[in-house]
Amino acid sequence: MSDFTSGFWSIFISVIALGGISACMLLLWITSKNKQKSTIDGDSSTGHVWDEDLREMNNPLPRWWMWLFILTTIFGLIYLMIYPGLGSFKGKLGWSEVGEYQSDMDKANKELEPIYAKYAAMKVEDVAADGQAKAIGQRLFLNNCALCHGTDARGSKGFPNLTDNDWLGGGTPEKIKADITNGRIGIMPPMAAAVGTAEDVKNVANYVLSLSGSKHDAQRALLGKPKFETICAACHGVDGKGNQDIGAPNLTDNIWLHGSGEKAIITRINEGKTNEMPAQRGKYTPAQIHLLTAYVWGLSNKPGTQAAQ
Amino acid sequence: MSDKNMQPTVYNDTVVRQFSIMAVVWGVVGMLVGVIIAAQLIWPELNLGLPWTSYGRLRPLHTNAVIFAFGGCTLFATSYYVVQRTCQVRLFSDKLATFTFWGWQLVILAAAISLPLGYTTAKEYAELEWPIDILIAIVWVSYAIVFFGTIAKRKVKHIYVANWFFASFIIAVAILHIVNSAEVPAGWMKSYSAYAGVQDAMVEWWYGHNAVGFFLTAGFLGIMYYFVPKQAERPVYSYRLSIVHFWALIFTYMWAGPHHLHYTALPDWTQTLGMVFSLILLAPSWGGMINGMMTMSGAWHKLRDDPILRFLIVSLSFYGMSTFEGPMMAIKTVNALSHYTDWTIAHVHSGALGWVGLISMGSLYYMVPRLFGMKQMYSKRAIELHFWMATIGIVLYISSMWIAGVMEGLMWRAINTDGTLTYTFVEVVKATHPFYMVRLLGGVLYLGGMVVMLWNVLKTASSGHPTDAAIPHLVAHA
Repeated sequence: MSDFTSGFWSIFISVIALGGISACMLLLWITSKNKQKSTIDGDSSTGHVWDEDLREMNNPLPRWWMWLFILTTIFGLIYLMIYPGLGSFKGKLGWSEVGEYQSDMDKANKELEPIYAKYAAMKVEDVAADGQAKAIGQRLFLNNCALCHGTDARGSKGFPNLTDNDWLGGGTPEKIKADITNGRIGIMPPMAAAVGTAEDVKNVANYVLSLSGSKHDAQRALLGKPKFETICAACHGVDGKGNQDIGAPNLTDNIWLHGSGEKAIITRINEGKTNEMPAQRGKYTPAQIHLLTAYVWGLSNKPGTQAAQ
Repeated sequence: MSDKNMQPTVYNDTVVRQFSIMAVVWGVVGMLVGVIIAAQLIWPELNLGLPWTSYGRLRPLHTNAVIFAFGGCTLFATSYYVVQRTCQVRLFSDKLATFTFWGWQLVILAAAISLPLGYTTAKEYAELEWPIDILIAIVWVSYAIVFFGTIAKRKVKHIYVANWFFASFIIAVAILHIVNSAEVPAGWMKSYSAYAGVQDAMVEWWYGHNAVGFFLTAGFLGIMYYFVPKQAERPVYSYRLSIVHFWALIFTYMWAGPHHLHYTALPDWTQTLGMVFSLILLAPSWGGMINGMMTMSGAWHKLRDDPILRFLIVSLSFYGMSTFEGPMMAIKTVNALSHYTDWTIAHVHSGALGWVGLISMGSLYYMVPRLFGMKQMYSKRAIELHFWMATIGIVLYISSMWIAGVMEGLMWRAINTDGTLTYTFVEVVKATHPFYMVRLLGGVLYLGGMVVMLWNVLKTASSGHPTDAAIPHLVAHA
């Protein structure tokens, strides 16, 4: 807990701090006491001359300036008595930065609790239909999630679009909540070695493109198909529709998180990709995550329709 | 001065001339880079999509160029000029003095190449990698030998107050640089700091704030103590005031660094000491301003038609303003609002453009004609023009950044009843846009003034001839 390896350092710091301040005040006192004026040249000059005409007068210290010095020093000394400053001395107020943070947070959480408590008991689908809850959810989203997913939640390269109802890990309220709370790490291993030559990789890439009806070379796609079905299918499925349980993307829907086209897909097969959605649990309370879940779910689901089904 | 038996009859003004010219050149370069990055903050595409011209690499180039190239060359030039004249002897060693000039230019060149290439220690104001750090240390020790050697062989008994400040600046910068740059090399242009975690941050800001305190304050107070009384032709106001504020300033500044780390992982006691000493620093800082301003008593009328004196005095006003603002911003409650905002940028530039910039320009305008055997600068009207461009530029710069900073601070902390932030980060960025435009305009004006100065200095140099001033005979009662 203590910043000091021994009591000595605490005393050391107090002595040089207070000693230094005292030395400043002593210097001020001695200098101000010395009222004598040199009378050389009759203009209160010190009598020294440099570079032909550089001289110094020895006027007394301005009064207001002395008081400024003294008052800031007194303020400093009082501050050092009531706040932690002199080594391990905690100060009369017992204040600490962590303590202030904790009490501010406790106070805020207490005030916020009733606002969120109302929604915590409701189902996500119902929360999503509530206008006020949606507004709070959006603000939470804009404060935090928008940095990656964008203010319109449409994402960008590497950051999933949350409005298209295409989910890497599942789009039910429970799955969304779990992903926000715990985060998720998506790993596509580099597969070049397993697939074979550069030609093989290119063929597989064309087969992948054919799955979504994207522009591709039909000849190559045909050659790539067997490789896909024996290697890639392990995660992405024989039909290429992916597997939400392990976060393997659907390759047939023409939604490309890391870029579309032959070149981008070849790069992914060769280099793989590790992508991370950071866990939010330490940052937001479960009640806040509940509201956030409702907001995100509501982006690609019409609240109310689900309940009617 | 090859003949060992001959007493030198002239000062070594060659090295002063070299540093003076380069100060002006580097001033233009450093401020130009500043203007470019100010424009990049408005139009990010101006980074041209290239790593070498990206903001993150040009920003340290700007700070290093203006502080260490422009400010550094000015300090070398003025301190060599002042120490010879106030000691009435030629510099201790011409060879070493020449070495400090070329060595320092090499440091600047190395910075100008390595920073855009992305070599950095990631320590603010100490970004240069370890081989350059070693070169800086060697140049600096040579500088100290030349300066203190000259003091030691002085013909005048008392050491003039300007030299106290130059001396403390040279010693303190050596200590700061060597301690903060302690690092473990990991290849020719890569190193790791000798310190870790919050200790590293504390050493960095102990260095960083004292770079302000000793490089940009004590050194430039040295300049002030020579050129203000010289140009005003008045004696320094108070010898005893200079004693109190000198010792109090150099003692207190050393403690102020922690105010850069308020509300961080830095222990509470360190933050408190940083804040208390920053507040106590107000009076010692103002001592220098008072001594400079009061030196003007009986000579205020000279401001009307002496633009050089105007540079020096307006500079002192900005010094007073920013040394008032600094202690205020060091108060934790104020800092909680101002920290990480453009208010800090406003504060820094009122010191840098206002104090350091203007006093450098004033002292260079004083020295340059004398160094080239001219009565005055080639164009007095160009000095007038420079003064107004610079002053209006500073006012636009700092007032726009003040407003932007306070606005950012208030917008960042605004909270809705549900505990969420009222403004997203990007909304705050958008709101600063008009102020960034005004800042850019201020910067362009300031840079424009510097270009006028470069023209004026080159014209003066080419109309005159390099002239080394004669060492006068000793005044008996000095």
